[in-house]
Amino acid sequence: MSEHTIKRFEEELNELKDRVLAMGGLVERAIRRSMKSLNSLDTKRALKVIERDKAINALEVEIDEMTRTLLALRQPAAGDLRFIISAIKIVTDLERIGDLAEGIAETVLQSQDHPLTHLDSLNSLSDEVEKQVNKALDTFARNDAETALACIEGDKKINKMFKSVQRENLSYMIEDPRQITSGLQAFAIGRNLERIGDHAANISEMVIYMVQGHDIRHVDHETAAAIISGEILDED
Amino acid sequence: MTQTNTQNPEVKIAVRNLNFFYDDKQALFDNTLDIIANKVTSFIGPSGCGKSTHIRCYNRMFSLYKGHRGEGEILFDGENILDPKIPELELRHRVGMIFQKATPFPMTVYENIAYGLKLHNKYPQSELDDRVEKALRDGALWDEVKDSLRKPGTALSGGQQQRLCIARAIAVQPEVILMDEPCSALDPIATAKIEELIDELKKKFTIVIVTHSMQQAARASDFTAYFYLGKLIEYGETQSIFTSPQNKETEDYITGRFG
Repeated sequence: MSEHTIKRFEEELNELKDRVLAMGGLVERAIRRSMKSLNSLDTKRALKVIERDKAINALEVEIDEMTRTLLALRQPAAGDLRFIISAIKIVTDLERIGDLAEGIAETVLQSQDHPLTHLDSLNSLSDEVEKQVNKALDTFARNDAETALACIEGDKKINKMFKSVQRENLSYMIEDPRQITSGLQAFAIGRNLERIGDHAANISEMVIYMVQGHDIRHVDHETAAAIISGEILDED
Repeated sequence: MTQTNTQNPEVKIAVRNLNFFYDDKQALFDNTLDIIANKVTSFIGPSGCGKSTHIRCYNRMFSLYKGHRGEGEILFDGENILDPKIPELELRHRVGMIFQKATPFPMTVYENIAYGLKLHNKYPQSELDDRVEKALRDGALWDEVKDSLRKPGTALSGGQQQRLCIARAIAVQPEVILMDEPCSALDPIATAKIEELIDELKKKFTIVIVTHSMQQAARASDFTAYFYLGKLIEYGETQSIFTSPQNKETEDYITGRFG
């Protein structure tokens, strides 16, 4: 897109994008660190994740303020408007992701007496989820609607992986009732990771709206792909 | 580019391949679009883009000047109004126009409205009174001037003068009202009153408005057309033009990335 006639507006839009991506960076780190604390039974690290969620929340407030100001003072239209609307929505998803990572860290603190033993499937799930969050933020940074669509489709894989975490831990619990506490904690962590995946998919949906103006929420993948490629028109 | 609206069959004015010339200089190039009945259509674009030239073809305002000519078709309910056989006076009766600067006649508020009515018809005094009142009511001015109908129209405020001109235009019951920058000399409150009035008027009339204010186009119109260098670049529902324009030039203009 060409440069804005009003330079300050251009700078403000760039600033907004930078702040959203900075928040995305903090959120990615929170997921990684919470999982690390789980693997190393490191309560200090878990406490740090909880402490740092405050910074994520503060960024949410700051970005909301920026978007409010932009809407009120610049009266943006078209691509600028879609970008700002997307930023508002994406920030909400990022804040939730932060909370979910914090939730994982809290589970780690609670599980000190019954440390989780079977972590492989949770770790693969979390690898996949981190990849999805990273990809979603990347599509936002690069205005890439095609990859964003692939990212939404990727959420199916996450849901499948979460189901297998559930099945696996259910087997452990049935086999050995002493595993019930840690099994339920694995459930909770898996659930949080799965929900982070959902938020990553939401972010990707907003990226598609931001780039192309198509609202593909709540439509199936084939329809979304057809809308994005311009084969069919979306409902206004 | 053909920019016609096939979804809504109620086309009031169908413009087909309109070309316009100021002597040898071509100002409009193959403009094709449909103006929908009982909707507000706004024309936007930078100065010199042809939006005012285009709107002035709808009542053949250009014929006042030698060497100005339009080619193509402007089908008003199916009838080509560029055809010189259609008398201009009759055409301008059907297509009223409001200008940037309010132009009340140097007479009383009452006479400003009655003047046009008397040109077209002979009314008994009581009916004339009724028609003047109705026009002032429809122009959202009655409550403000009902006690000062005998005062000069020029004594009103700028916003009131513009509403007086609108009342004068609608008194003769046109079908289409053209507005060329109707609010550019008004403050935000007076502008809001005119926009509110436009919204009310579209129930009875088809309205085409030329505006430099994109916010006004966004607020007040149902359809928006973007012109650049005499060409119609994009035309569509206002809501989609301002959220997801299809054309990059439109996007650049409405987001302020122009030039």
